[in-house]
Amino acid sequence: MSNAPVNTGRRMFLTATTAVVGAVGAAGVAVPFIKSWNPSAKAKAAGAPVEVDVSKIEPGQLIRVEWQGKPVWVVSRTDAAMKDLAAHDDKLRDPNSEEPQQPDYAANPARSIRPEIFVAVGICTHLGCSPTYLPDGFGELVEGVKSGFFCPCHGSKFDMAGRVFQNVPAPLNLVIPPYHFKDDNTVLVGVSEGDA
Amino acid sequence: MIKGLVTGVIDWVDARIPMTDTWNKHLAQYPTPINFNFWYFFGSLAMLVLVNQILTGIWLTMNYNPSAEGAFASIEYIMRDVEYGWLLRYMHSTGASFFFIVVYLHMFRGLIYGSYQKPRELIWVFGMLIFLVLMAEAFMGYLLPWGQMSFWGAQVIISLFGAIPIIGDDLTQWIRGDFVISGATLTRFFALHVVALPLVLVVLVFLHIVALHEVGSNNPEGIEIKKKKGSVPESELSPFKYHKQFSDKKDIVDAAPFFPYFVVKDVVGVAVFLFLFAAVIFYWPEGGGYFLEPPNFEPANGLKTPEHIAPVWYYTPFYAILRAIPDKLIGVIVFGSSVLILCFLPWFDRCKVRSIRYRSTLHKLNITQFIICFIVLGILGALPATPLYTVISQICSFGYFAFFALLFIYSKNEKCKPVPERITK
Repeated sequence: MSNAPVNTGRRMFLTATTAVVGAVGAAGVAVPFIKSWNPSAKAKAAGAPVEVDVSKIEPGQLIRVEWQGKPVWVVSRTDAAMKDLAAHDDKLRDPNSEEPQQPDYAANPARSIRPEIFVAVGICTHLGCSPTYLPDGFGELVEGVKSGFFCPCHGSKFDMAGRVFQNVPAPLNLVIPPYHFKDDNTVLVGVSEGDA
Repeated sequence: MIKGLVTGVIDWVDARIPMTDTWNKHLAQYPTPINFNFWYFFGSLAMLVLVNQILTGIWLTMNYNPSAEGAFASIEYIMRDVEYGWLLRYMHSTGASFFFIVVYLHMFRGLIYGSYQKPRELIWVFGMLIFLVLMAEAFMGYLLPWGQMSFWGAQVIISLFGAIPIIGDDLTQWIRGDFVISGATLTRFFALHVVALPLVLVVLVFLHIVALHEVGSNNPEGIEIKKKKGSVPESELSPFKYHKQFSDKKDIVDAAPFFPYFVVKDVVGVAVFLFLFAAVIFYWPEGGGYFLEPPNFEPANGLKTPEHIAPVWYYTPFYAILRAIPDKLIGVIVFGSSVLILCFLPWFDRCKVRSIRYRSTLHKLNITQFIICFIVLGILGALPATPLYTVISQICSFGYFAFFALLFIYSKNEKCKPVPERITK
């Protein structure tokens, strides 16, 4: 070691700048490691929102689309079915959609954005079977309710808004996925309005 | 001639790396309290199980296929077609449960004899970090067979992070690498389970032991075996030669070198342990559905939720605490605290007396209620939640946390029995 006088201020400055530059570098290097954990382009494509043309659905008809590997139902409800919805609240577990099974904009009596178009994930909340749509003939299962969904696996019953009836194994209403109307005739399943 | 050759080689190495010195310092001349009882088996047994897990784990990776399509089938392949694959797999899966049995007993030992107290706080903290990493390691390992419980257990645990406000959903997606648990989740868990966490674990075990050997072992009496230099008459000093790092600074009493005395003692423990371990591996590898859960013999299916999702037994006490809280976010916070609070045990206990043998009745009762609560929570956490069980879980969760609060309050001025000067007097 030489006995040259030490410029403490300069040494401190150099130490601090080296540390800061090093820290910035380390943060930069961390980016690819962290980002690589995000869903890959392939996973994103497989989970992308799905477009559904609702103009061609007949009243009372149900069509299925696949979103994130799950069956999603789009149903055009008839006026009669809509009227039925209000008539059997006392037979339901969660008539007012208090459990968080739907986005806020679907937490209404029809559990939908537009009353006639019903969008739901078609998976029973009991053990994940896909219930059967009974456009008529549901009255045999629940008196006074003409149409609904019946799960063949363990007999869970849901009304035309996907609300679960009492005394069945399923604990919760069917899940309503995030969705919105892109235009009058097109539903985009998988993303809420404004989130796209 | 041969002896000369051996000494020559040893000298050659010693001149380049402190081999003999390390051997002496940590084994042959390491002072160990002579009153170690059976509770002191579990440290060395934990090391044994760690070696078992690493060895069988390496062998399992040779035939395992970490992909959503191939994982379940490759486990079946290991179990049925690979020679002795069933044994290696059961050694690994049963080993995981035995790891936790041994670690929980090891922690209980530290708890009752005050081994976490000053100056051994860091040993306890490193130990707790090992426990945390071990829980993560076991959790990720449990996903790998890609059975129903692998899938849904991971689903439940990862969704816990979703309770965090604002970033929750993005965070769970980042952990999963997909919108649902998928092959992407499986492969990253595989990488962490077989490479990253074992490395961390080994480093932490190393630090745990370095910290232990710096201050020396506690013992069932909770009395130091290293006395002030010159305070002990020559005739009462421990008659063995110790490494100068210990004997230069302190007078060592009531001790014996770790090698060969305690190595021989631990061998007895190892033998008994291996009897039990082998019995379970050969006759009871599924542990009655607690070591390997029945739904895990069915391949993962994202569209079919099992009737009852329960974590493996070693998580159930903490899981029961999670379920006891009706609110999701608060539940997750309390659940996290229930694990983390253990890390701070050395600072909750303000008593100067270590061993339960000399501590107050109140402390004994407090430890007893803590252990009862922990075990009851462990039992309830594996069962489906019913209103009655939820109430019991809430009471026991309260008891669990009350242990720390009470300890902090009474330990300051605790009425303890007089502590002897020496282990042997």
